[in-house]
Amino acid sequence: MEKRFIYADNAATTPLSETALNAMLPWLKEGYGNPSSVYRIARESRIALENARKTVAECLGAKPTEIYFTSGGTEGDNWAIKGALARSRRKGVIISNVEHHAVLHSALAMEKFGFKVTELPVRENGIVSPDDLRAMIDEDTAIVSVMLANNEIGTIQPIAELAAIAHEHGALMHTDAVQAAGHIPIDVKELGVDILTISAHKFHGPKGVGVQYIRSGVRITNLIDGGGHERGRRSGTENVASACGLAAALKEAVDTLPERMPRLTAMRNRLIDGLLKIPYVQLTGDLDKRLPATVSVVINAVEGEGLILTLDELGVCASSGSACTSGSLDPSHVLLAIGLKHEVAHGSLRLTLPDDIDEDGVDYIIWAVATAAERLRAMSPVWDSSAGRPM
Amino acid sequence: MLYSDKVMDHFAHPRNVGEIPDADGVGTVGNAKCGDIMQMFLKIENDVIVDVKFKTFGCGAAVATSSMATELVKGATIEEALKLTNKAVMEALDGLPPVKVHCSVLAEQAIRAALSDYYRRQGIDPEPIVGKIEELDEHGEEEEE
Ligand SMILES: Cc1ncc(COP(=O)(O)O)c(C=O)c1O
Repeated sequence: MEKRFIYADNAATTPLSETALNAMLPWLKEGYGNPSSVYRIARESRIALENARKTVAECLGAKPTEIYFTSGGTEGDNWAIKGALARSRRKGVIISNVEHHAVLHSALAMEKFGFKVTELPVRENGIVSPDDLRAMIDEDTAIVSVMLANNEIGTIQPIAELAAIAHEHGALMHTDAVQAAGHIPIDVKELGVDILTISAHKFHGPKGVGVQYIRSGVRITNLIDGGGHERGRRSGTENVASACGLAAALKEAVDTLPERMPRLTAMRNRLIDGLLKIPYVQLTGDLDKRLPATVSVVINAVEGEGLILTLDELGVCASSGSACTSGSLDPSHVLLAIGLKHEVAHGSLRLTLPDDIDEDGVDYIIWAVATAAERLRAMSPVWDSSAGRPM
Repeated sequence: MLYSDKVMDHFAHPRNVGEIPDADGVGTVGNAKCGDIMQMFLKIENDVIVDVKFKTFGCGAAVATSSMATELVKGATIEEALKLTNKAVMEALDGLPPVKVHCSVLAEQAIRAALSDYYRRQGIDPEPIVGKIEELDEHGEEEEE
């Protein structure tokens, strides 16, 4: 097989699109005016920023006054959880047990201030059950936070149903849509959420910029105080270039969704089929309720970091939730949450396909994973090479 | 996290991979739950390690430290092999990231476990010579909690 290079780690980050770069360049060069000033070049920056806000609002089905630019997904998640709890007389926060660390650690950080974190467990398919939420929510729950799409296994959660339950009990509903934005359609009204978080670098925008949607009338405490930017709710001189890059990237992603989604879904399914033909490989997360370009599997008798390094040699960038890649002794909490044993979770592999992937590319990835697994299994003391199965 | 070129070389081209069917000593350390298992096979003649092979399930550093450890003990006397430290393995690899130091400890332990097995097969209690080593039970598994 002729060696290729395929970047299949688009859930980690994506390359900046040409469209986003071009939308940013003027504001990195001559358009340096501070949007808060009054002269012409400042007014131009202000207009660009407000146009970006309008574009984002249209992409999400929101009003421009509901859109706040932030520094990214981590800030947005911190703001939602900490801001909602600080504002409420209630003491409880419910999060799913597969949240990104930005939500999980924000919630846990509030425990020392007397707040109570309850975890909503996912089922084996990586999806929470609305009935479980109904059973655990009460009148002391200030906010429920469940991600729209998971960053490790790609599963999509029933946010609209969860939001309805949260609202029945007077709680706010937040969703971390960082992995979903630009990859599946998002309409904040249909989702029924109060707060939604996205991050530009996951949809071909620049790193270090995100958007917080906060529904009109919803009040949460500020995370970042200062000169009163973003209508008093998120201070700091506006990052005009990044906001314009985010808006351009999001619009491009949303506009091309009708064409990209079915195509990527077909590629994803081809990849899943090919990987499952490798002996002792198992899909993690629901087969259908998953992001169009995300594949996650566990490969028996293979360790994740070794697999990622071997795939890198074969020209494929991927990631794993094994302990070794997380820098701790435990595999990722997401893999354990779906009921995988430690020894199985160590062999996890996540592939998130690039937009321009074709059938040959998918077949190359399948070949690379099969080759890497074979090589690592041949030196694995827990694999019986002559029988072709785990010991 | 940054691996040295030596670590990457030993990961990509591990030396002495495999098994020795008629080994004189076999040692297995680590466990699947933690994500690292190393197995060492020794062929010993007149107190000299004439051949050594390994099998490892684990990360890049686990494979590289096993590979390096086999290179360091091949042709060595038992006495010399018993002096192999994890530090020597790390230095030979131009260092390891801090979170990976335990892999070098495992490599040292794997050699000692194989030597213990060698002594045991001779009817000699290895503990006074080799020291205490946590070996795997024969299924290579820990109890599920
Ligand atoms: C689901 C999810 N939430 C939050 C984040 C954090 O976003 P950012 O990198 O913009 O801080 C990420 C990205 O790593 C993510 O995948």
